[in-house]
Amino acid sequence: MALTLGQARPRNRERTDGPDLGLLAAVLVLGVTALAVVWPALLAPADPIQADPARALIPPGPEALLGTDQLGRDILTRIVHGARYSLLAGLASTALGLVIGVPLGVLTGMLDGVGNEVGLRLIDVLSAFPGILLALVVIAITGPGPVGLVLALGSALVPTFTRLVRAETRRVHRSAYVEQARTMGLGPLRIAWRHVLPNTLRALPAIATIAIAGAILGAASLSFIGLGAQPPSPEWGALLAEGRNHLRTAWWLSVFPGLALAVVAVAINTVGRRLQRRLDRKAPE
Amino acid sequence: MLRPVVLRVLSLVVVLWGTVTLAFLAIHAIPGDPVQLLIGPRDIGPEARARIVAEWGLDRPLPVQYLDYLWGLLQGDLGYSYVRKRPVADIIAAQLWPTVELALAGLLVAVGAALLSAVPTAGRRRAGSVARTAELVIVSTPEFWLGLVLLFVFSFTLSWFPVAGADGFRALVLPALALGLGTAAMLAQLLREGMADALDEPFVLTARARGIGDGRLRVRHVLRNAAVAPVAMAGFAFGNLLGGAVIVEQVFGRPGVGRIALQAIEARDVPTLLGIALLAAFAFVVVTTVVELTTLLIDPRLRARAVS
Repeated sequence: MALTLGQARPRNRERTDGPDLGLLAAVLVLGVTALAVVWPALLAPADPIQADPARALIPPGPEALLGTDQLGRDILTRIVHGARYSLLAGLASTALGLVIGVPLGVLTGMLDGVGNEVGLRLIDVLSAFPGILLALVVIAITGPGPVGLVLALGSALVPTFTRLVRAETRRVHRSAYVEQARTMGLGPLRIAWRHVLPNTLRALPAIATIAIAGAILGAASLSFIGLGAQPPSPEWGALLAEGRNHLRTAWWLSVFPGLALAVVAVAINTVGRRLQRRLDRKAPE
Repeated sequence: MLRPVVLRVLSLVVVLWGTVTLAFLAIHAIPGDPVQLLIGPRDIGPEARARIVAEWGLDRPLPVQYLDYLWGLLQGDLGYSYVRKRPVADIIAAQLWPTVELALAGLLVAVGAALLSAVPTAGRRRAGSVARTAELVIVSTPEFWLGLVLLFVFSFTLSWFPVAGADGFRALVLPALALGLGTAAMLAQLLREGMADALDEPFVLTARARGIGDGRLRVRHVLRNAAVAPVAMAGFAFGNLLGGAVIVEQVFGRPGVGRIALQAIEARDVPTLLGIALLAAFAFVVVTTVVELTTLLIDPRLRARAVS
């Protein structure tokens, strides 16, 4: 399922000399994608919604680079204009997951004894609903649409962040300097805000980046099954849902939007892994 | 060995109880009329409304309702769907097998492909990095798109497999691949890394000095040493497969619980959806517990830690 994160951490074994071509390519892809989000008309001036029956189902070629759909709309144009929906949904739901998950992680991580045990079980309960099922329940209550989509994906990400921040908090909370702060008479809230939180955040960028990729795929998946963006929106999952109906005759409707999705996800995951590797190198066991 | 088992089972009960409580709260804490939430956005007469209030005991105090709900679940009563006019347990039971079959086949693909990708390539720079790149691409590929591509190539173009349905083995191959490969890539990364670490251990040198072949060394000794992390992830992988099944059923037009869940969302059939979610959570928690106990069997070092 697309909501989950790659858990493996690449090791330092890989060569590090020479320019990092993978990272360069990833940044390039993300740059073009960002442009498509901010100013799609610059990359694809045509209208992504307007139908033109005379140009229906043209295969990829000189007339239309990636072909046209059953209503004569240019696929490349639709993909460029759709980037906005898919990416913003991924970013917004990751942000929501962080806003809820991080404080919850700090809180349950700072508790000792019974409180800690309760916190641990709470996270277990939250994780007991597999991500997409949690998302389905949320959407059933809010109804399909962008708000429900972000709420659904965001709440599915909460346990991931809570778990990570909780583990980091426990590590920091037991360290000597927090002990010292306590003996100096600092209150728990002040310790949490000034000393624990900043130190737990160092692990977040890598995981959050990888989570964005997962959330983008999740948003597309939910739109594909009709619970996110609705046609005629050119959201990538919605494009693929339309493409499914023409798979036999027009493969390009289904291939290119998915390719765009995969390329962007690979790029984001590549950046996330570089962040992770840097973190691993900075903090040897 | 008994103490960790008791502890795990106890924590399983606690987690399940918490999950059910959360579901109960979801019905009652959401702003608005619980009756309307249960039946969805449709008009009903006062009689029907009174009947639902009576069935759910909505006129009684919350703690009593809560105990009733727990008691019903203990007896296998997942509630009643006002949309389908049938008990939720019956609705799910009728469609359970295609989904279970798909999830099991997906698990087989996930484990098999992970082993094939990780065991021969671990600790080898070039082969490892090729496999790692392939896994990065697979992890970043949404399973529904993978499914569409498989469908186009192997069903529409080559006609090797049926286009839709759930009859027999041939209809299962492509959905299982679409479902399992993403999880396989995740497991493979974890396994390869663990095996690379294990290959640096002194026992490998000892085994090599005694003349063991490379294949045998990897399969018999290194794999077991590195298996705990991926096996511990198996619960998580199972959750992945359950969620992915919803999507994959849709791509391949398969019947199953995922399709019921989607129809329940369209009809705003909250009792059915909640029943499916609870059942999935139950399956997930049980699998996670079994997995945790399995890791104790694989790795004696963990056993010592769990007892102390």
